[in-house]
Amino acid sequence: MADTTDTAHFNRARNAAESPVKRFFRATEIDTRLLGMVGAMLIIWIGFDFLSNGLFLTPRNLWNLSVQTASIAVMATGMVLVIVTRNIDLSVGSILGFVGMIMGVLQAELLPQLLGFNHPATWIITLLAGLALGAAIGALHGMIIAFLNVPSFIVTLGGLLVWRGATWFVTSGRTVAPMDATFRLMGGGTEGSIGATASWIVGLIACLAIVVSILNARKQRKRFGFPRRPVWAEYLLSAVGCLLVLGAVTIANSYPWPTNIARRYAEANGIAWPEGGLFIAHGIAIPVLIAIVIGIVMTFISTRLRFGRYVFAIGGNPEAAELAGIKTRWVTVRIFALMGMLCAVAAAISTARLNAATNAQGELDELYTIAAAVIGGTSLAGGMGTIAGAMLGALVMQSLQSGMVLLGIDSPLQRIVVGVVLVTAVWLDTVYRARAK
Amino acid sequence: MTEQRTPLVEMKNISISFGGIHAVDNASVDLYPGEVVALLGHNGAGKSTLIKILSGAYRRDAGEILINGEPAEINNPRDAKKYGIETIYQTLAVADNVDAAANLYLGRELRTPWGTLDDVAMEAKAREVMGRLNPNFQRFKEPVKALSGGQRQSVAIARAILFNARILIMDEPTAALGPQETAQVGELIKQLKREGIGIFLISHDIHDVFDLADRVSVMKNGQVVGHARTEDVTKDEVLGMIIMGKVPPKAIPGPGAMQMA
Repeated sequence: MADTTDTAHFNRARNAAESPVKRFFRATEIDTRLLGMVGAMLIIWIGFDFLSNGLFLTPRNLWNLSVQTASIAVMATGMVLVIVTRNIDLSVGSILGFVGMIMGVLQAELLPQLLGFNHPATWIITLLAGLALGAAIGALHGMIIAFLNVPSFIVTLGGLLVWRGATWFVTSGRTVAPMDATFRLMGGGTEGSIGATASWIVGLIACLAIVVSILNARKQRKRFGFPRRPVWAEYLLSAVGCLLVLGAVTIANSYPWPTNIARRYAEANGIAWPEGGLFIAHGIAIPVLIAIVIGIVMTFISTRLRFGRYVFAIGGNPEAAELAGIKTRWVTVRIFALMGMLCAVAAAISTARLNAATNAQGELDELYTIAAAVIGGTSLAGGMGTIAGAMLGALVMQSLQSGMVLLGIDSPLQRIVVGVVLVTAVWLDTVYRARAK
Repeated sequence: MTEQRTPLVEMKNISISFGGIHAVDNASVDLYPGEVVALLGHNGAGKSTLIKILSGAYRRDAGEILINGEPAEINNPRDAKKYGIETIYQTLAVADNVDAAANLYLGRELRTPWGTLDDVAMEAKAREVMGRLNPNFQRFKEPVKALSGGQRQSVAIARAILFNARILIMDEPTAALGPQETAQVGELIKQLKREGIGIFLISHDIHDVFDLADRVSVMKNGQVVGHARTEDVTKDEVLGMIIMGKVPPKAIPGPGAMQMA
């Protein structure tokens, strides 16, 4: 029973193996697409660094970049699942605004009356209420899409208008400030960073996790006698992974507190002010940590859980998924509820960072979120996309923006550049995919 | 029908209409264990629609379905699977973007004690089943999109037998295949028959299925023209049933049979 197409493909694979570059990628199983994105981002970074005379690739700028990316990156992870199932969510910016406003009012006006000012439970009650509200709004959108068969484009376009309008009604357009002190830590800044020692600990745990997961995958494949990566590839992947993590921690730990804050801290703690100034490192910012944890959780959900498998199966062939007995409608509801929750997390990060809830919070965020997911390789035709890619896409978008701010480019021109880059990136991706077939 | 055993499946007086058009009109078919019944008819004769009622994709307007002689409630694909009914669709209902193992277990994934997907165990089982069906198949890591028609067909069949189907529905099982792969599917059908599985083959091309089937049921314009044992009729006679609704002497006429003057 010789299968001709099979053997043909086999030969092709063998021929390809002759090129050392291809052999390298096959052995390491690295996603070349993702690698290409990292390459593009490095080019953007080095280009901006060159144009700004070395201002871009400084610990300070990179640290700020990571904090600025966090909110969009969090939402982009959910947008991947939405787009993978051939839906779209245009309402994320407005949900962010509405949930942010509710959380603002809750912690700045309602809870202080009930619990007293700066009560330690304020932040968690606020956050949980925000998450529940976000999930409820998302679930509502999902149910209208799944059970009333209204296209997601329309439902969320309506949501964009409704929740933006609702945001205004909460306080009649008034900005709410300040936020609770603990809540504010989620926004980053000097206080909202975990410091040098904790950052190293986080880094080491991450390295350990990388090594353990690579070992575990190898053991599993060995148990069932499947082909394994060559040992050198495993070492290389572990080494590169750990180096990247530790490099990122080093950069975060090289960005010191501003002098006056450090001086105040020294005075408060009775530390003598040294000659050259006191070096207290920021370390990893809490919003960045939140985004990374969400990235890991979402990757776990999308690749290791049945729910994630269903999301991709529905994206690949909705009819087949339905015939296989998957409750596709409920999966849709859950995806949108999850998206709403992620909007709430993003709302917490951005209100905490701004130390205020405003009427215009999250405007245009839906577009940046969709752009991040799409630049990150999520196919609008459905069925394809990765969480890591979308987060990287968010970082690329933010790099472009903050690089242009650094160069003093006018904001109308910034938008033009971002728009052109979005279209170009998707075009390049289409070309790449056509070739890969 | 002289058989005294209980039929595995009995679909009695099934009707369904879409917007006033009677896609299936008062149709009855049955299937015994270890038997292959070919459901024949033109495109649009209602055979796919009738079978989709059995597989739960459509809900019937009237009539009843008996499984092992007992009335069965089949309202969705999940219900059908509960009765051991597995379907391999003409369009090869596989999710293109995930790999073979994921497709085999779609909707019934194996999970680890922690509730996560047990991909390694699923791949191991997939390798075992696919090895039995199609020993050349090696591309477990690739999305099904990258596979040939025959390979996709074997994934679809593997999916059905993996879950111990008792009733297998194959819609145009060999339409997308080359001669070699067709022969392979034929072998497979004989093997499944020996295991006592009842199989409905649906086709508009009599040559595809005549040699594989024990009986044929012919449909025309949503109605059953008649049933016949393949040993009692010739291909030409069956062709006459398909095209003109003319029932040969040894066949049992149905409601759609041409009225003889």
